[in-house]
Amino acid sequence: MQEQKPIVIAQDVHKWYGKFHVLRGVSLTVNRGEVLVIMGPSGSGKSTFIRTFNALEEYQKGKIEIDGITLGHDLRNIEAIRREVGMVFQQFNLFPHLTVLQNITLAPIWVRKRSKAKAEETAMQLLERVGILEQAQKYPGQLSGGQQQRVAIARALAMQPKIMLFDEPTSALDPEMVREVLDVMLQLAQEGMTMVVVSHEVSFAREVASRVILMDSGLIVESGTPDEFFQRPQSERTRQFLSQIL
Amino acid sequence: MNQPEIDNVPSAVRLSPLGWLRKNLFNTWYNSLLTIGCFWIFYQILRNFLSWAFTNAKWAVVQANFRLFLVGRYPVSQSWRIWIVFGILAIMAGLSWAAIAHKLPSKLNRWLPWIWVIVFAIICWLIGGGSGLTPVSTNLWNGLLLTIFTTIISIGLSFPLGILLALGRQSTLPVVRWFSILYIEIIRGLPLIGILFMAQVMLPLVLPSEIRLDRVLRAIAGLVLFSAAYMAENVRGGLQAVPRGQVEAARSLGFNTLLILLFIVLPQALRAVIPAIVGQFIGLFKDTSLLSLFALVELTGISRSILAQPQFLGRYAEVYLFVGLIYWVFCYSMSLASRGLEKELDVGKT
Repeated sequence: MQEQKPIVIAQDVHKWYGKFHVLRGVSLTVNRGEVLVIMGPSGSGKSTFIRTFNALEEYQKGKIEIDGITLGHDLRNIEAIRREVGMVFQQFNLFPHLTVLQNITLAPIWVRKRSKAKAEETAMQLLERVGILEQAQKYPGQLSGGQQQRVAIARALAMQPKIMLFDEPTSALDPEMVREVLDVMLQLAQEGMTMVVVSHEVSFAREVASRVILMDSGLIVESGTPDEFFQRPQSERTRQFLSQIL
Repeated sequence: MNQPEIDNVPSAVRLSPLGWLRKNLFNTWYNSLLTIGCFWIFYQILRNFLSWAFTNAKWAVVQANFRLFLVGRYPVSQSWRIWIVFGILAIMAGLSWAAIAHKLPSKLNRWLPWIWVIVFAIICWLIGGGSGLTPVSTNLWNGLLLTIFTTIISIGLSFPLGILLALGRQSTLPVVRWFSILYIEIIRGLPLIGILFMAQVMLPLVLPSEIRLDRVLRAIAGLVLFSAAYMAENVRGGLQAVPRGQVEAARSLGFNTLLILLFIVLPQALRAVIPAIVGQFIGLFKDTSLLSLFALVELTGISRSILAQPQFLGRYAEVYLFVGLIYWVFCYSMSLASRGLEKELDVGKT
């Protein structure tokens, strides 16, 4: 790692949906190689917050800097940043009209301008890594939820992003499929990928998170190492939240 | 009224024909009455029709004018050109089908749209002549030939135009959006016959005098303007069926708006509305019959001139039945092709 500058710097970020104040001044720094888990009740703004990192949501006040580039209204900037920021969604959002292989190679070929052969080679390696090499020629509709989410992770990784965002990656899965997706994420974290994960998977947070954060009503109310967060929470809100999910 | 007890019937039992009749057509006294009544009416209609078709009807009018129905007054010495055109069309249709079914090498697949453009130019040259071939004026492109020609061009032009209008209607640029809405709503509020009339009469008035559109071209312009508005609404339905998450996923991968449209949104949107689009193409094919009111001698127009031949005066039934059959064969083929297309494209979407 040549530069130790944080990859994400968010300062006093505000966002309104009409009159509703979703983000009320959130500040956060994510260092390279860090695995950050964000927890919080629904409606707390945690998904909205990480979606501002790749400009899927705009923010009205404050400043967000990704990999040294400030997120503004300049479209070219936004596309340049999106290339470096991988995202995995709750609903997978695979392209249903394309095969698994095409889902993974489309962006490297058209956005990164790789050759088709090179893109497919990388895609096959990634599929092997997430353990579904044999599904390459199938369509997303023919896969289970867990397999689809693993394809979605491979699709994001194929762009060789500098940071991966996970927006509740296991919430839409049947319970018996959660493990296979978490295993892939775990492996990814151990390989040193910078990750910001919105999730309520306590075991995952305990095992790999370098920091756990609790958001409530558009604010960060707790931040600490997994040990501090789960054993010695500072705020009353955190204790209350933990008593509900543990 | 002794309905069989459900419990006594083993599931998936195959009824004998007699049993089927009793269960479905004669299970109650009023059903029996309805069945008998309907069969009697059917029988009468069929008997009268068949006896007319085989005794009174004079099919000579069809036999004698078969060529007129198909190509009209296209010079006999040049008809080989039409045969070549149909040969080319058959080959291209086969190629396109193979492409959709992913049975072509991908190189050929990529070139296919351009091959179509070139082939289209060749076809126009073959039919119209010039540069080496005897020119044939559009006055002589008649019958089924003209019907198919106007349909294919109108479909080919109104399809992309309709997509652009649909996208325009969803645009964030107010000028583009309002223009699209205005255009779509005005055209949809006018009858086709009125638009065709304006295209024939008013287009020459409003276009600069150097541009003199042929009558066939003016007719096609009218059809395209009309069809594009309806196409736009069909496509818009498809666009709305594509989940937001698809666009978000594509954006998060760094695709720009144009690529998202081409690779992610349009393929899914168009696939969702294939039945509606093909339905509209079928309507367009039949709407070309209105051109006969503007002295264009397409299939319906040629029927009217055939009916004016002194030796076949009053043979309406025979002529219109035959013409109707031709229209039906083409429409039904399109309908079959649409179903095939849906099935082919549905691969893997369980």
